[in-house]
Amino acid sequence: MLSRQTSQRIAFIVISLSALIVVAPILFIVGYIVVQGVGAISWEFLTGFPYNGMKSGGVWPAIVGTLWLTLGTAVVAVPVGVGAAIYLSEYAGDNQLTRAIRIAIINLAGIPSVVYGLFGLGLFVIFLNFGTSILAGSLTLGIMTLPVIISTAEEALRAVPQSFRLVSVSLGGTRWETIRRVVLPQALPGIITGIILGLERAAGETAPILFTVAAFFLPRLPHSIFDQTMALPYHLFVISTQVPGMPVRIQYGTALVLMFFVLSMNVLATLIRRHYRRQRVW
Amino acid sequence: MHSMRGQHKTSIIPYCLLLLIGGALLGSGCRPQTDTPVAAAATAIQNKGSDTLVNLALAWAERYQSVHPEVSVAVTGGGSGTGLTALVNGTVDIANASRQIKAEEMTAAEANGITPMEFVIARDAIAVVVHPSNPVDQLTLQQISDIFSGKITRWTEVGGEDRPIVLLSRETNSGTHVYFLEEVLRLGDSENKTLFSTDTLLLPSSEGIGVEVRQNPNAIGYDGLGYVTEDMKTLAVSAAPGEPYWPPTAETVNAGQYPIARDLYMYTAGEPTGAIKTYLEWILSAEAQQIVLDLGFVPVGGE
Amino acid sequence: MKRQPVSLSEFLIERAIQVFGISAIVLVALIFFFLIREGVPAFFEVPLSSLFGARWYPIEDYFGLWPLILGSLIITLGAAILSLPLGLATAIFIAEIAPTWVRDILKPFVEVLAGIPSVVIGFIGMLVFAPALRVALNLPTGLTAFSGILLLAWMALPTIVSVAEDVLDSVPTTYRDAGLALGMTRWQVIWRIVLPAGRSGVLTALMLGVGRAIGETMTVMMVTGNAPRLPLTPADLFMPARTMTATIAAEMGEVAQGSPHYHVLFAVGLTLFVITFVVNMAAAMVVFRQVKRGERMLS
Repeated sequence: MLSRQTSQRIAFIVISLSALIVVAPILFIVGYIVVQGVGAISWEFLTGFPYNGMKSGGVWPAIVGTLWLTLGTAVVAVPVGVGAAIYLSEYAGDNQLTRAIRIAIINLAGIPSVVYGLFGLGLFVIFLNFGTSILAGSLTLGIMTLPVIISTAEEALRAVPQSFRLVSVSLGGTRWETIRRVVLPQALPGIITGIILGLERAAGETAPILFTVAAFFLPRLPHSIFDQTMALPYHLFVISTQVPGMPVRIQYGTALVLMFFVLSMNVLATLIRRHYRRQRVW
Repeated sequence: MHSMRGQHKTSIIPYCLLLLIGGALLGSGCRPQTDTPVAAAATAIQNKGSDTLVNLALAWAERYQSVHPEVSVAVTGGGSGTGLTALVNGTVDIANASRQIKAEEMTAAEANGITPMEFVIARDAIAVVVHPSNPVDQLTLQQISDIFSGKITRWTEVGGEDRPIVLLSRETNSGTHVYFLEEVLRLGDSENKTLFSTDTLLLPSSEGIGVEVRQNPNAIGYDGLGYVTEDMKTLAVSAAPGEPYWPPTAETVNAGQYPIARDLYMYTAGEPTGAIKTYLEWILSAEAQQIVLDLGFVPVGGE
Repeated sequence: MKRQPVSLSEFLIERAIQVFGISAIVLVALIFFFLIREGVPAFFEVPLSSLFGARWYPIEDYFGLWPLILGSLIITLGAAILSLPLGLATAIFIAEIAPTWVRDILKPFVEVLAGIPSVVIGFIGMLVFAPALRVALNLPTGLTAFSGILLLAWMALPTIVSVAEDVLDSVPTTYRDAGLALGMTRWQVIWRIVLPAGRSGVLTALMLGVGRAIGETMTVMMVTGNAPRLPLTPADLFMPARTMTATIAAEMGEVAQGSPHYHVLFAVGLTLFVITFVVNMAAAMVVFRQVKRGERMLS
């Protein structure tokens, strides 16, 4: 029988090792991609079109496409997501409907991304006849992003102390005035963090855009939301699996750009959260 | 406040309906706008289909645009079926295919009022590829069929090292897959119902096969000659035991010697006109066919 | 209480917020509806004997779903089984053991992992991880179910770690203090008090991890080899496998709209939807029960 202290030591060592197993590969992957990919990064790579069967040139149209899709996702998901969060935090009563909404949000969050792709294909591309387009892709990604935005925004709204609301109402403010002038400004940093985290996920997704928007190669940038577009995640998939004799350097360079794009959003969200948490007066 | 909540609750259902109706209206309202890309097709050619052809199509599109900047050719892969489906649905101008259009696709097209026109724009040898260290140099069609259907499972059975054979194939949506099934596994016999072994790895694309063949000495795969790079080994193939083994090259394909070769196609919706017609004529020109050769495919001559 | 007369714009905004509020319900219903609309015809167009066959080869009209379902199942379960103890251990490390500065470094790291796009992990998996695994385990190929399991287990970790952390945090400090006051070591407190108190939460973490793993698409498509074999023995873990998600992603792009193959792929999507729905509902039930218990404790 081990002594209590020894068993604690063994347990802590095992646990620390597990944490190491979790963390070390993250360092490895990020580091490996940076080391392998940084040589490919140049102004021409970032702002040029791919040419020579994509074996040369840059990733500009994919960057632009991902920006379009991220923006489109925001346009779709932010009003609906924040609106839903306001509803849940400020209006909803403790009843069956609210419970149903919560269950629906949990389920939306759990639906596999490729199933969103199927849904987007069925509803937007075919049934509503948007075709494979930025519109269809943004709607699909937007719906996928909703649960993230709703739950983080609701959390931020709920964190605003009830006393703030009471003061506003007692001064004669209507419910919406209270929300707009008091609750929303206080909750804004938290909401923005949630929005960025949601958009980060959308920007990195491949499966939902496979059938709704992504193009293998386009010689020009998209002109409208009815155009197809290239996008960074799909571009990485394409050049790592479909183009023969693709220089590894360009593959890693593209992976690096994608990772940088997504992780900088992550860092931004973390910074905003930290900054305002420190400033918070209540 | 609490009394307000009660009212809100009951007044929600109509809005639920409103959202649905609104969505439906939005959809129908947007329908005419989808004509935009088609209307702009005077200068933008939509080209989609076979992954085998996608790099060739890309190279053509690039070269053509450097000469004709007023025309933009958008190229997308996805497989022969993808391109032909899009042609049938009226969403592309030119479909690339590494196989001929199927009867059911033809019927579907005609039901949509489209008569697909066929153009042979290049030829392709399907190379059987292995790891460079693999000592096996040549196989008969029958041996290849037995390997991919799972009857032969070790390299020793075809004169190689004592290793398991790992089968690599393109996904089933690729024209190359279908061609390989019909002409190699089933040896061109339509009564033959041989299937790929269920152990066959189905890789999402050509380069997936390349990645695995380059690093795995157990692997055998097949792919269009245009996808073969120097760090893979191609096998010489003979049509039947006793007949000569031929390596896959432009010469052996044009001489009809290499047994696994096929035509590559482009399809248009009806007789091509305008920019599409000019583009197809250019593709069959000597300049464009030189690109075919450069990319490892076999040019179609005498145009 | 008397409210001021509301303006029209305020009225409209409040109505819009209500509509947005129920949007989640409408969307889940809409997704379910479309999957049924496009997926259910498969059961009429394709004979059931084919759908429940052992062979998936759609271009020859073999639509056997078993290889796909079992492929998804072994990879998901394998990933969950590996991921749960690792995630739990990491959460314990972060919440109970690590000094503050280590914690401040670790937490963002785990978030970074959640942020790496799955196509990037698939890319590294295909180019670096699978070949290394083939050599290390002397396998015929590295593109196996096992590669998928390892990568998915790792990718499901952020979900499991963050839920498990919440669980550990939710156990009242008084419980710990009581344990320590009785002379227990910190480990005994964690093992005998904190973990049992957070049991149901751990279950939630496991289910959400399963939900995450079963839906993962790009990574599994790039590393598992996608051979639609029936995985029946443990040795099959080290053979290629094909999941439901990879099948949809690989094949949906090319099928003719309205063909049996198209409908079968939607039916596969419907199956995935139903599985994740059940898993998430189960997780939600645990969460709701917990909330209720928490409320009882407070009142």
